[in-house]
Amino acid sequence: MSVVDRPIASPVSPEADSYPTHHFLNHSKGFLSWALTLDHKRIGLMYLVGVMASFALGGLFALMIRIHLWNFKDGWLSNQTYNQVFTLHGAIMVFLFIIPSVPAALGNFLLPIMLGTKDVAFPRLNLSSFYLWVTGLVLFLTALSVTGLDTGWTFYTPYSIETSQGGAVLAATFGVFVLGFSSIFTGLNFIVTINTMRPPGMTWFRMPLFLWAVYATSIIQVLATPVLGITVLLLSAERLLGIGIFDPKLNGDPVTFQHFFWFYSHPAVYIMILPAMGIISELMSVHCHKGIFGYRMIAYSSIAIALFGFLVWGHHMFTSGMADVTAVVFSALTFTVSIPSAIKVFNWLGTMYQGTVSLNTPMLYALAFIFLFTIGGLTGLPLGALSTDMHFHDTYFVVAHFHYVMMGGTLVAFLGGVFHWWPKMTGRMFNDKLGMVSAIIVFIGFNMTFLPQFVLGSRGMPRRYATYLPEFQPLHQLSTIGSLTLGAGLFLALVVLLLSLVNGKKAPRNPWGGATLEWMCSSPPPHDNFSSAPTVGDPYDFSDIEYDGRVGSYVKRS
Amino acid sequence: MTAIQETHSTTDHHHGDDHHHDHPSWLAHHFDDAEQQYDSGKLGMWLFLVTEVLFFSGMFCAYALYRNRNPEVFEFCSSFLNEKLGAINTGVLLFSSLTMAWAVRAAQLRQHQLLVGMLGATLGCAAIFLGVKSVEYSHKWELGLLPGKFYVAQLEGHHGPHKGYLEMLCAVPALITFLLAAYAVYAWATKSIFHQRVAGPLLTAGICFFGGVLLGQYLEAQEEASKSHGGHHEHHAMAQGHVDHDSHEHAAASDTHTHDHGAPAVPEVSPAVAMGGSPDVYVASEEVNTPKAEVNQRSMAGLFFSIYYCMTGVHAIHILGGMLVISWLIIKAAREEFHEQYFGPVDNVGLYWHLVDFIWIYLFPLLYLIT
Amino acid sequence: MAHTNAHAENAHTDSHDVHHGHGSSHGDHHGFSHPMPIWMLLSVFFALLFLTGLTVFQAQFDLGNAEIWMSLIIATIKAGLVILFFMHLLWDKPLNAIVILGSLIFVALFLGFTLMDAEGYREKLIFKSTITESQPGYKDPATLAAEEAAAATGK
Repeated sequence: MSVVDRPIASPVSPEADSYPTHHFLNHSKGFLSWALTLDHKRIGLMYLVGVMASFALGGLFALMIRIHLWNFKDGWLSNQTYNQVFTLHGAIMVFLFIIPSVPAALGNFLLPIMLGTKDVAFPRLNLSSFYLWVTGLVLFLTALSVTGLDTGWTFYTPYSIETSQGGAVLAATFGVFVLGFSSIFTGLNFIVTINTMRPPGMTWFRMPLFLWAVYATSIIQVLATPVLGITVLLLSAERLLGIGIFDPKLNGDPVTFQHFFWFYSHPAVYIMILPAMGIISELMSVHCHKGIFGYRMIAYSSIAIALFGFLVWGHHMFTSGMADVTAVVFSALTFTVSIPSAIKVFNWLGTMYQGTVSLNTPMLYALAFIFLFTIGGLTGLPLGALSTDMHFHDTYFVVAHFHYVMMGGTLVAFLGGVFHWWPKMTGRMFNDKLGMVSAIIVFIGFNMTFLPQFVLGSRGMPRRYATYLPEFQPLHQLSTIGSLTLGAGLFLALVVLLLSLVNGKKAPRNPWGGATLEWMCSSPPPHDNFSSAPTVGDPYDFSDIEYDGRVGSYVKRS
Repeated sequence: MTAIQETHSTTDHHHGDDHHHDHPSWLAHHFDDAEQQYDSGKLGMWLFLVTEVLFFSGMFCAYALYRNRNPEVFEFCSSFLNEKLGAINTGVLLFSSLTMAWAVRAAQLRQHQLLVGMLGATLGCAAIFLGVKSVEYSHKWELGLLPGKFYVAQLEGHHGPHKGYLEMLCAVPALITFLLAAYAVYAWATKSIFHQRVAGPLLTAGICFFGGVLLGQYLEAQEEASKSHGGHHEHHAMAQGHVDHDSHEHAAASDTHTHDHGAPAVPEVSPAVAMGGSPDVYVASEEVNTPKAEVNQRSMAGLFFSIYYCMTGVHAIHILGGMLVISWLIIKAAREEFHEQYFGPVDNVGLYWHLVDFIWIYLFPLLYLIT
Repeated sequence: MAHTNAHAENAHTDSHDVHHGHGSSHGDHHGFSHPMPIWMLLSVFFALLFLTGLTVFQAQFDLGNAEIWMSLIIATIKAGLVILFFMHLLWDKPLNAIVILGSLIFVALFLGFTLMDAEGYREKLIFKSTITESQPGYKDPATLAAEEAAAATGK
């Protein structure tokens, strides 16, 4: 593999290429022009700010947990507060950050541009989806500040029925309900946009793989999220009216609650990871300057993951008292999901092979993703197997596993995507050296945090405990040091991005050499995306794209 | 054609779209043509219906689970639901589906008056449905047939003290009807054709609600009468039994006038059968329609009524939502906005309305017709 | 009908450069609109009414286990009529049919797995009584516990 360090932004003369004076950011001014905008790019940016703020909040809770666990007992939080903190960490990260992160923020910004349309099919629905998200945020913060939610993000009954924090459960479940609709509307919008609004020439197999991934995600959002809606609605009714459907005291069935919950929440795992995989497909191909390897297999595997994702929810419930037959069936089905996931990983590696790799910030994050996601995926197998899961269930092994997938996978890909499309979104180049440093710190910090947790879990450290046995202390302390390192790395990434707004160079049209449509319009894009209908070609054909030093940008050789 | 030019712009959300002046006002700027706009809206609506189907599937799942587990509870409790009211409501909803489908046709053929009329008929049917439903609900609440932990039914078959639930349910519709009547007076006073076209159907719908209430009350009273003849002598055994902690004053008040009124459907009351910890009691139950003591408790009958209220309640909320959007359509239709290039809103609201009907088609036999 | 056709053509000339890149082309002059004949609407409605009567009628008889299937079959026929005619699916794009029918597969999956599992662990369930002291059939907690213990050792 040859690694060529290409200049990513050389000094440019402003008159070369087109640095637009008029674009979507300055198209109209004033607070209301943002608050009431129907422009998918502005909505995407508002989402981006929102999910990043949520991530910061959830991340602070995570650090509180890790600092609390420095000593094996007498941490700085009370046990009750500890329960509330890990609940809010989980609920905020899942519902407010990961699920909307890639599809709602990056997807909203990119989907119509990559597709070559002016907007999504239903711009008003798009804006209402954003405000539903804001409402969900407010409800969650209410749950946080008025009382404390201590049920865990899963709201398992009967505890969620009996806990004294009834108001918090109500506020949070209603928040989840609202966020669910936000998610449904986004997914619905994307499916319709991709189905009915593709311009002439944009066939299904000329769509960038990111769009395939977002499309698959949207299918899950539309099909699974309503079940979450009815689940939390019934749970609210349980708290308000004592309907008893999930309450064992009234002969309700709490295992059914788990079925209802995981029918959504397992596919939701793929809502989180699929768009991240889409980002990696783009990043790998663009920064290796080589057509994606196995385009159709990656596209099909996205759809396959979305569909298989509906068949495996029972593997969260092996120890809940479910029937033996169901457990065996779910365990067997669980292994099928590993096939399309592995197909993707092999195809990304195949893309890198003999590519011309530009080792820059987005690429470093993409490489980190492949490494971390592979660990996360492989450690899922012992959890899907019945016998080993009996031992690992509800231990730190599970915690480490899903953090490798959710954080090592989705978050790292999200960061890679943000760095990759930052010049397009803001029109500014960031400091690539510092960005690479942030990627390396994040990678080291992440592994230091969660690798020890695999060991802890396999030795029997249960999750969600505020205290632990003294012999686990060294590994816990290592994990805490790792989490602080990780926090520092993420903070640095944020600083790099924010600094670029202050003193970043103006971004050229195509700083990385991408062939998809978003690189054909100016940075930042104009209000209506394309002044004239774009010509659609192969999104991964890099043969006629070359670096032009005079304009500091990649250009299409004509 | 004038209607098209008159329409208020629906695409005024972008400033400076100078190059889109060739778009008619009903065509959003980001669509190429009317058909693309229509197809997008329609696919979006079908996807929304998918989410609705999955949303309701959760409650159907709970229904199937508990019915399978305790069939005799469902059989017993279903006898408290008034089959006649359910059947009439089914007919009303089916008719509203007909008028809605007809409305779509009218929109496509530019039959503006007919369109307003058909939408008004649909709205009126929805109001009748809710009126009947209010009678059903309030009747059950008076009997203490409440969900889950609030279930306090007294099976000896008298009404509890009249709680005025029906009046409570009618208060908001009464207020709305009053406001609509005021609006109608304004419309006729100002002689505005548009306002008359809007106020007419809306006011009719408001009145229809109370028609539904009267119809429901009449049928409910009829049912009561027929039940009280058949079942009067059978209520003694339970009279002592089913008093709950929380309802002592209720029970005390009612003890004085036991046997006064007709009974709800309690076909036969046997002395209590021992209640064990084993589910076999339910599985092996052979005598269907026999309300054993263990059926008439919160964890059994209460659970049925939880499911009943959840399913019909969420369905009723969908009816309410449907009424809102149909009212919006009536306003647009009164402005004569629809034509063969732009009838998507009518079509899509129609799809939604048919789905609400669709759900009820399943709810009716599953809840009311268990024998 | 001629009246409406004239309108349709006017509208076509008004709107800009209609291109048919999306979706199927239609032979008739309504463009993409497809008004349902009134006789069809009415016959579907009366068929639905008839089926409602039928389902009420069959509920009079105690068919045992077959009863629920009978009423479900009738309900499904009614639902089919509503979807195909009132909701116009018969003339709609195939994609919309796939979308709504596909959702039923997922409903089946959801209900199927959940109910299969519930049936599987049913024998492990312990039902709680909420019969209060004043009700017949009441047993004090000690008796219940003893019975449960006896049942447990019996197995």
